Amino acid sequence: MSENNIERISGRAPDELRNVSIKAGVIKNADGSALIEFGKNKIIAAVFGPKEVHPKHMMVSNRAIIKCRYHMMPFSTDTRKRPNLSRREIEISKVIREAVQPAILMENYPRTAIEIYVEILQSDGGSRCAAINAVSTALADAGINMRDLIAACAAGKANGQVVLDVDDQEDKTGEADMPIAMLPNMDLITLFQLDGNLSKEEFDKALELAKIGCNKLYNLQKDALSEKYFNENNKKEDEE
Amino acid sequence: MKTNSIERKYVVPGDVVIEGDHNPIANVIKEGNKIISTKIGMAEIAYNGVKVIPLNGTYIPRTDDVVIGKVVEMNGFAWEVDINSWFFGILTGSSVFGRGFSSSKDSMQSQFKKGDCLVAKILSFDRTRDPLMSVSGPGLGKIKEGEITYITSSKIPRVIGKKGAMIKLIEEHTNCHMTIGQNGAILLKGTDDGRLKAKSAIELIGNNAHLSDLNDRVISLISK
Repeated sequence: MSENNIERISGRAPDELRNVSIKAGVIKNADGSALIEFGKNKIIAAVFGPKEVHPKHMMVSNRAIIKCRYHMMPFSTDTRKRPNLSRREIEISKVIREAVQPAILMENYPRTAIEIYVEILQSDGGSRCAAINAVSTALADAGINMRDLIAACAAGKANGQVVLDVDDQEDKTGEADMPIAMLPNMDLITLFQLDGNLSKEEFDKALELAKIGCNKLYNLQKDALSEKYFNENNKKEDEE
Repeated sequence: MKTNSIERKYVVPGDVVIEGDHNPIANVIKEGNKIISTKIGMAEIAYNGVKVIPLNGTYIPRTDDVVIGKVVEMNGFAWEVDINSWFFGILTGSSVFGRGFSSSKDSMQSQFKKGDCLVAKILSFDRTRDPLMSVSGPGLGKIKEGEITYITSSKIPRVIGKKGAMIKLIEEHTNCHMTIGQNGAILLKGTDDGRLKAKSAIELIGNNAHLSDLNDRVISLISK
């Protein structure tokens, strides 16, 4: 990545992620939870269930249903955000739900609901990707059967250059933003959005970058879970 | 560690436990040639197959499990019992009063009231119906004395130990009688001091269930 590097606003290399830290099990009352700090994003995800479905008519007799709520705190943005769910939040709730759904073995939990709550404490660009990573960790923390963890990361184009992990400023001034979520072990993409224009070559490059980013986030999630469950003297047995 | 033929390792969802022709037993799925874990836990590869012993998760009722629950709702025909799972256990009037049960003659209140705790057995549960329970059998029925403490249900096997070794150990050292519900509830009967000791031992197991020297740790805690 050294051809004609243009300085990014944040000073990062084109294939560099923001600082990410994930912690599993931050909320005692939830069955599973995770806190992610993704650059300036601070996001808490909590998972409840599997539990009884309310209202009852939403129950599906041969699998679980997933409910997801993505919500931004009033203080998460520069100007106060009205606390009710906006059109954008409802859309992202749906996008997150559909991104994690393929990973969950829903047939194992018939007639139940799995509830996912995502609260944005502080927002920066790429909060949907950060949220998906937190949700994935929280789902694993809740002990829900999953085919794989879900890792999400954005790539895009800013200042004429294809870059990994588009932040807020690059999103606003840049040419394209492409968040993807995937199941890294299975190499399946579960979320794919593209805002802006990319040529075929740029697109291929961006997808490649985003996949690399996803793999990094996958490892961070794994570390966060190992930290909670297998710490102390067991680490040595687990290192592969 | 049991025997040399069993290999153990820690896994998270999506980890490949092993490749090749193995029999998936529990908490694993087979994708092509790979056996993939679906839970956080300890993978065990034995001659008869591969399974993951989970470190977390909700209790899934199974037929013949003994569980400890609390009556949360009742109507003319049945009690609903909270058994720490995603559905309430159903205890029908006819299973308590017998064949001749009539909701007009028999008083449901005389047996169990709301808030009563009971030890019951799961009669049937097939995922299309709520778990059906029964209280007829030795050791089953209403709980009149004692204290209930909770632990993650997946850790119950560690509380029991090999052929009940851990229960025996705790019972001997604390003079407590323990009734273990597979749903993660444990009923302790004994002196205040003994119960307190047993509770701290159970807590220790809950926090360190993945360690192999659990026995020694428990001994050093309760023999203090």
